[in-house]
Amino acid sequence: MSGLPVTLTVNGRERALDVPATQTLLETLRERLALTGAKRGCNQGVCGACTVMLDGKPVRGCLSLTANCDGAEITTVEGLAEGGALSGIQQAMADSNAVQCGFCTPGMLVSAFAFLREAEAPSVAEIQNALSGNLCRCSGYRKIIDAVRLAADRAARAAS
Amino acid sequence: MNEAKPFGGGVGASIARPDIREKLTGRARYIADLSRPDMLHAAIVQSPVAHARIKGYDTAAARAVPGVAAVLTGDDFPDGRMGAFIKDEHAIAKDKVRYLGEPVAVVAAESEGIARHAARLVEIDFEELPAVLTPEEALSEDSSVIHEGLEDYIKVFPAICKGNIASETEISEGDVATAWAECDVIVEDEYETASQAHLSIEPCGALAEIDEAGRVTLWSANQSVFRVQANVCESLLLPMSKLRCLTPKIGAGFGNKMEPHVQPLVVQLAIATGRPVKLILNRVEDFETVRHRHPFKIRCKTGAKKDGTLIAREVEVLLDGGAYGDDSPGVLGYSLLMARGPYRIPNARCHGKLVYTNKMRFGAFRGFGNPQVAFAGETQIDEIAEQLGIDPLELRRKNALQPGDRWFGGGEVASNGLAECAAQASRAANWGEAAKDRSDASIKHGRGVAFAAHISGLLGTGAIVRLLEDGSVVLNTGAVDIGQGSDTVLTQICASALKVPFEQIALASPDTDGSPYNWGTTASRVTYTTGRSVAAAAGKVEAAIKSHAGEILECAPHDLELREGGKVGVKGVPDKEVTFMEVSLRAHWAAGGPIVGSDTWVFNQPSVDPKRAIAKGLPFPQIGVYSFGCVIADVAVDTVTGKAEVNEAWSAMDVGRAINPASVEGQIEGGFVQGMGFALMEELVWDGPRLVNPSMMDYKAPTFRDTPYAFHSIIVEEHEPDGPFGAKGVGEIGLVPVPAAIANAIRDAVGIRPRKLPMTPERNLRSMLEAEDAA
Repeated sequence: MSGLPVTLTVNGRERALDVPATQTLLETLRERLALTGAKRGCNQGVCGACTVMLDGKPVRGCLSLTANCDGAEITTVEGLAEGGALSGIQQAMADSNAVQCGFCTPGMLVSAFAFLREAEAPSVAEIQNALSGNLCRCSGYRKIIDAVRLAADRAARAAS
Repeated sequence: MNEAKPFGGGVGASIARPDIREKLTGRARYIADLSRPDMLHAAIVQSPVAHARIKGYDTAAARAVPGVAAVLTGDDFPDGRMGAFIKDEHAIAKDKVRYLGEPVAVVAAESEGIARHAARLVEIDFEELPAVLTPEEALSEDSSVIHEGLEDYIKVFPAICKGNIASETEISEGDVATAWAECDVIVEDEYETASQAHLSIEPCGALAEIDEAGRVTLWSANQSVFRVQANVCESLLLPMSKLRCLTPKIGAGFGNKMEPHVQPLVVQLAIATGRPVKLILNRVEDFETVRHRHPFKIRCKTGAKKDGTLIAREVEVLLDGGAYGDDSPGVLGYSLLMARGPYRIPNARCHGKLVYTNKMRFGAFRGFGNPQVAFAGETQIDEIAEQLGIDPLELRRKNALQPGDRWFGGGEVASNGLAECAAQASRAANWGEAAKDRSDASIKHGRGVAFAAHISGLLGTGAIVRLLEDGSVVLNTGAVDIGQGSDTVLTQICASALKVPFEQIALASPDTDGSPYNWGTTASRVTYTTGRSVAAAAGKVEAAIKSHAGEILECAPHDLELREGGKVGVKGVPDKEVTFMEVSLRAHWAAGGPIVGSDTWVFNQPSVDPKRAIAKGLPFPQIGVYSFGCVIADVAVDTVTGKAEVNEAWSAMDVGRAINPASVEGQIEGGFVQGMGFALMEELVWDGPRLVNPSMMDYKAPTFRDTPYAFHSIIVEEHEPDGPFGAKGVGEIGLVPVPAAIANAIRDAVGIRPRKLPMTPERNLRSMLEAEDAA
């Protein structure tokens, strides 16, 4: 396929690809790299189900062009658990019963994961602000907030 | 809620769902994540007009695009019609289009991009007809007719239909006409509710594959593999045995995925091309072609005596059904059965019409017409309380259905936890005692309450429980878990029934080839109806186990008991026992045959007692068992902007028995927030025939920041005698009273009486200004 050469580091693994200039990062991940964790909910940058980390910052996979990501480090939901052990936020989502249909979960986890790297003891309002770009239609959000607080709390206790 | 831990995950334990790791690691596969070798991708062509005859197609340009494998139009589809209540819908528009956006052709190509490009090249010659855009227009004498063949369509109930009226239903008890004379206070008004989008974060899609013998396998986003099978086979005139329906993970439903979307299209494309075909709707297409909540126009009248005793209620509803019947006759009939509310009102008459219009179809949505009529009815209860100077919660308690009372129409109510819901919610919220902020600040606070009831039940279901050679268990029900957690709950019921650990039970994925029939994940029914089958099937396995164990241990089966961990032993003799493995090996290899327990049933309690009530045009004679609930909302209204926000809320719901309390809370919390969106912000808007906000950008639903964290789920357990371990459903009821509770709180805060949903800042502000002018 003719296209632009890009090199991405995806979940720690280097991937060299040729991509059409119009291909979004979400399409590259899902269709070229078979990483279907990030979801296409709206393809308009609203729902947040496609959120991935680009050089450590959460971005919309559906609004990012892969050709612009040359040399970048990408982390998707598939990269959050290291060596088979769930990350703190993944475990907390399980323990808080914060997952229902699971379709928003990959984007929610990535947003929360990125947020928790910056925030130590976040308030409810801070969590609501940080995650307000991720829609969930099942949970009513409450148990997700509990999960983020639980993960922050556990991380703080582990650090002290 | 984690204190109860029977049998490592039985009834009452808030254990995590078995697929939690898949969902947390991105490995859970939804329809868009599936692919098959040599698969084609499809795209739809949508009608640019709302009502027209199709004169011809020009598909040459689309076919000429490299990579296009097939372009099918209505002419390429069989003449079958599908529909849950009225068989009025082809797989794709044929001869006529009935709404703007309706699929009129479908393209399959080597990639989604090619398919979408080619779809834009399909030309269709239309002869436009006048579009009927409101129910009132549809009812007028000179309206154009949307379904000329309506009277000849197959219907599954005694439908009263004529012209553009798809269905007309009436239920009455007592004598409303004379009862008004007994009333000291009568309130009467009109209410309107907007159409709400389900907005599952997963859009609809499907994938079909055909084998060399011509048999098709179909995966799709669905709420019932059996309804998918029926709809596809009816519309494509296929024998049901020629289609196998399976399910991937489902990214929520709320009613949206219960009846068909694109499944018939991909099946026809797979038949035409001989290759696997996948079609995933984009968000705009999903908004424009699937289905939404019915907009209701309601005229409601309620009367009471001076002491607050309710005497009479009359309700008249008009439903915009859109272009096709879908679940609409059910929604009409159910809303009328619910419109009297959970009260003793001896005289009630509820009547309504469902009409076709040239809009997309409206259909099932969490609550099934009940939230709309509850908004009107529960607003009127508050108005009566206000006029009589009685506390609104007290007036509700005084008139509430009591244990032993029957439902409107005469259906028996076996368990009724309404009084307990009201008691617990009011106690938790400090109802009547909380200090109200009556300061002159621009933010005013108020509180509102509403009661609700809902059913769990309807139609057929089943379960098969198999004991494997090693004593572990496979459970097969055919019930699709759409994210609410029924796989977990059904496994817990099986675990408790057989006293085996949760982890030793595998749940078979729904499959029309191998699962027992299950009407669907809808009507808050899976825990109650399917759970009951699971318990019954497990009971048959228990009997077989005891029969074998009796022969092994040389005792009568009734002297045996199941013991935790997959063992069966002699009562009172702790060391005399055998394992399920020993029993199952004997059954497999020596005597009796492998142990399989199965059960099927259909909900069969009549909803109408002809000695008490008159019902005409009712779409289902047997609806379900009743759940009850009470919601209290604490709301702040900004008097400068008109914006209303929920500060805090309490929701007490009678669920019979919480099989998995954390999942029950999930339903109550999620239902509240979806109801809050319906109450305050969500509204699909049409400009003429065109839906103007078919995107998440323009259609506003609650985000984290719109949602109160101070929310209190209160689980009330009023044992349902027929339910599995006493359980009944909770999927929908939590949403039902929310708009009314918020409307009543807004009244309490700023003195306006909202009668139209959603209660947007603009509407609230206008009402406040009008009230000021009037004063």
